[in-house]
Amino acid sequence: MTEIFGKPLPVIMGQMLIGLINGSFYALLSLGLAVIFGLLNIINFTHGAQYMMGAFAAYFLLNKLGVNYWWALLLAPLAVGATGVIIERLMLSKLYKLDHLYGLLLTFGLALIFQGAFRHQFGSAGLPYSIPESLSGGQNLGFMFLPNYRAWVIVASLTVCLGTWFVIERTKLGAYLRAATENPSMVQAFGVNVPRMITLTYGFGVALAALAGVMAAPIYQVNPLMGADTIIVVFAVVVIGGMGSIMGAVVTGFGLGIIEGLTKVFYPEASNTVIFVIMAIVLMIRPQGLFGSR
Amino acid sequence: MAEDQYKPHPSRDDAAEFRYHRRAFLVMMALFLVAPMVVYPVFVMKALCFALFACAFNLLLGFGGLLSFGHAMFLGMAGYVSAHAAKVWGFPPEFAILAGTAAATVLGVFAGLLAIRRQGIYFAMITLALAQMVFFFSLQAPFTGGEDGIQAVPRGTFLGFLDLTNTYVLYYVVLAIFTAGFLLIYRIIHSPFGQVLKAIRENEPRATSLGYRTDHYKLAAFVLSAGLAGLAGATKAIVFQLASLTDVHWSMSGEVVLMTLLGGMGTIFGPVVGAFAIIAMENYLAELGSWFTITQGAIFVVCVLAFRRGILGELEAWLRRRRAG
Repeated sequence: MTEIFGKPLPVIMGQMLIGLINGSFYALLSLGLAVIFGLLNIINFTHGAQYMMGAFAAYFLLNKLGVNYWWALLLAPLAVGATGVIIERLMLSKLYKLDHLYGLLLTFGLALIFQGAFRHQFGSAGLPYSIPESLSGGQNLGFMFLPNYRAWVIVASLTVCLGTWFVIERTKLGAYLRAATENPSMVQAFGVNVPRMITLTYGFGVALAALAGVMAAPIYQVNPLMGADTIIVVFAVVVIGGMGSIMGAVVTGFGLGIIEGLTKVFYPEASNTVIFVIMAIVLMIRPQGLFGSR
Repeated sequence: MAEDQYKPHPSRDDAAEFRYHRRAFLVMMALFLVAPMVVYPVFVMKALCFALFACAFNLLLGFGGLLSFGHAMFLGMAGYVSAHAAKVWGFPPEFAILAGTAAATVLGVFAGLLAIRRQGIYFAMITLALAQMVFFFSLQAPFTGGEDGIQAVPRGTFLGFLDLTNTYVLYYVVLAIFTAGFLLIYRIIHSPFGQVLKAIRENEPRATSLGYRTDHYKLAAFVLSAGLAGLAGATKAIVFQLASLTDVHWSMSGEVVLMTLLGGMGTIFGPVVGAFAIIAMENYLAELGSWFTITQGAIFVVCVLAFRRGILGELEAWLRRRRAG
């Protein structure tokens, strides 16, 4: 059997795959955080809870309404994104004139409420969500077995990330968005409805989190606390990448996922902390983040 | 970071302020001295430990303008070190507490050096991530006892003659530690160092242009806050004879933010009020489990949207308005 540094190749490949899967979610979640931060200047602490709500929405659609995975991919982000729009209109919009820290505190409070409410309703045990029929099974690649669903998650996540990058960097809508990030009052003076744009941007960021939640539902169990620890790792990812660029968020997300997977093979004790250690090193060498600008 | 709601006492006469603080302090001390006759002493001791924790946190947020979302790492790590020192090394309680405090201070130097490289929201995310790293360390390190924590920590004899197995003796020792910490924080806030810190909070570029090395001041504030949070955690471990993962978890970091926000950030007594309110609430809502989390979240939301000065901040503003009108 082929070995690399004394570890069998299938083991390494297996962990690489898990790393890529985790990286897909890091990328999607940090992308949502970056989009929201760009326009609202708020770090959305509720992001982890909204990711969890996306998974629960998928669970509900399947088990209560009989709506399948593919529709859930569309409906769950719309539903959770709508709650995001309500949150922005009712609460976040009142805070833009204040110190940014209040946005962090508010969204942290909302995360506690959502997580507490779901735990109250469903308990802390995970609920299973089965892989859709068309994506079950897998491919034998010779050196490893690749489950179809996992391949789909990686491809879908990459597609969504690149699509978002394209919309923001290459379309007229994205140009408005970037302009509003630079100078909201100037864009408003040109007749663009900036407050509505802010609301929809928050809704979109939240929908991205929910989409990640739907994709995660068949892989991890649907659990009220599934987003609580993930979001802290994603914060570290965001600090490492810097929130300046969309591409930066995507590259850092996938890269760190892979590094985390490899750490599980070579030094499992550190697999939980490796991302935080990298964050510390990046802060020492390049405090603005790998892709960040001052 | 110059925001109106951060200013604790706009244009108030210093002497009047000092008189107000002295009066409030005397009332607080009188309440604490008689408290164990009226209330269950263990509850008050728990609240006192958290009050000191919240005051230490407030030193950083309310007066330095730095929101740390990872202060549980100092509380928890100090608890582990002090419990380990008392149980395994056989330290007397005063040295166990000192060891815990020293450990938190050293941790504060490293975390502070990293965190102050970024500002505002990034500062909060970095401290949170570092605390999560400490959490996983505590979960895996051999001396922390993993999921079980360090249990049955001996209380011992404080300074060689105060037997801490007696609840009342223990209570007054804890009260003395709290008071010492509280007065130290008061002294720091009203020292020239504290004034510079407030200047940095209001306008960092201006403080820099006046010739202050703002990074040094921020780091010093961070380390002081970490050390005092450690004092609270070390004392708590001796009181409850337990150091566990709860104290290093991110929800603990959130809890101390909530105590300070609810009591009034940037006020002297607010964190004490907030800590007592939250601990009392926890006492009554503990059996309701997730309802406690929901309530905490709701308090966050209400405080941020409608009540940014907190209980004491609103009270002081009301008193000021009444005096003026």
